[in-house]
Amino acid sequence: MDIQLKRGLLDVCVLAAIKSEDSYGYKIIKDMKPYIELSESTLYTILKRLETAKMLTVRTAEHGGRLRKYYHITEAGLRRIEEFKEEWKEILAIYQFVTKEDGEHG
Amino acid sequence: MDKQTFLTRLRNGLSGLPQEDVEERLSFYSEMIDDRVEEGRTEAEAVEEIGPVEEVLAQIVADIPLTKLVKEKMKPKHTLKAWEIVLLVLGSPLWLSLLVSAAAIVVSFYVAVWSVILSLWLVESALIGSALSGVVLGTVFACRGNGLAGIAVIGVGLACTGLSIFLFFGCKEVTKGILRLTGKLLLALKTCFVKKEAAA
Repeated sequence: MDIQLKRGLLDVCVLAAIKSEDSYGYKIIKDMKPYIELSESTLYTILKRLETAKMLTVRTAEHGGRLRKYYHITEAGLRRIEEFKEEWKEILAIYQFVTKEDGEHG
Repeated sequence: MDKQTFLTRLRNGLSGLPQEDVEERLSFYSEMIDDRVEEGRTEAEAVEEIGPVEEVLAQIVADIPLTKLVKEKMKPKHTLKAWEIVLLVLGSPLWLSLLVSAAAIVVSFYVAVWSVILSLWLVESALIGSALSGVVLGTVFACRGNGLAGIAVIGVGLACTGLSIFLFFGCKEVTKGILRLTGKLLLALKTCFVKKEAAA
């Protein structure tokens, strides 16, 4: 897959993984696993990028006698997901156009 | 490998990075291992799932922008002692001029590349200019009764038209080629920097 495309997709996937409730690193990886494989270092880079873009916030909380970082989606993050849905509709329309052409020419 | 060994090896490999970045990444991986252990895996299994240290390091270094690597490399590892500052000041005629010349080399490289592109397009526009003026002037000559000279000038104008069309495609390809080459050079520079950093 095209690198730019994949990067954009992964960003939205991570946002979707923290959309309904705050989540932490390992849970995000586990939740995404059935759909897309994600390595720890890739996730770190994505989380950093989303934090810089103010699409999520980070808080540290105690868990079982150690610290764990929880990620919380912001308004901007939710907006990004909605944007993605709109973009995807356009892409789907283009996909249908492309595959229709395929059918007609053989 | 146990968690402590993994984290220590990671720390050693990341020594070229700013300290706070290193701490943040280490606590990230530490949390990842702890969460796996909490799920019932042994420490060794959890570390294995994260992947070989070398691979993790390579990916981290590839993700960091070149400017950050350079900045960290240029920064002194400890606060400068008085004699080091004295040396730096005394040595400034030497290192400052070296630094300036290094920057000048980079700038002149870009100027040279762009002047090649510019001159190509100037030749192209000169050809188009003479094509137009050749045809127009030739027609004027011919109409004023200077038939032979007029036809000759029109001919030159038409030849220029042909040449300019021919050269246009050449210019386009050469420009594209040069731009691609400079892009590749930049990438090569970054790769060699990152590799050095990873080996350190």
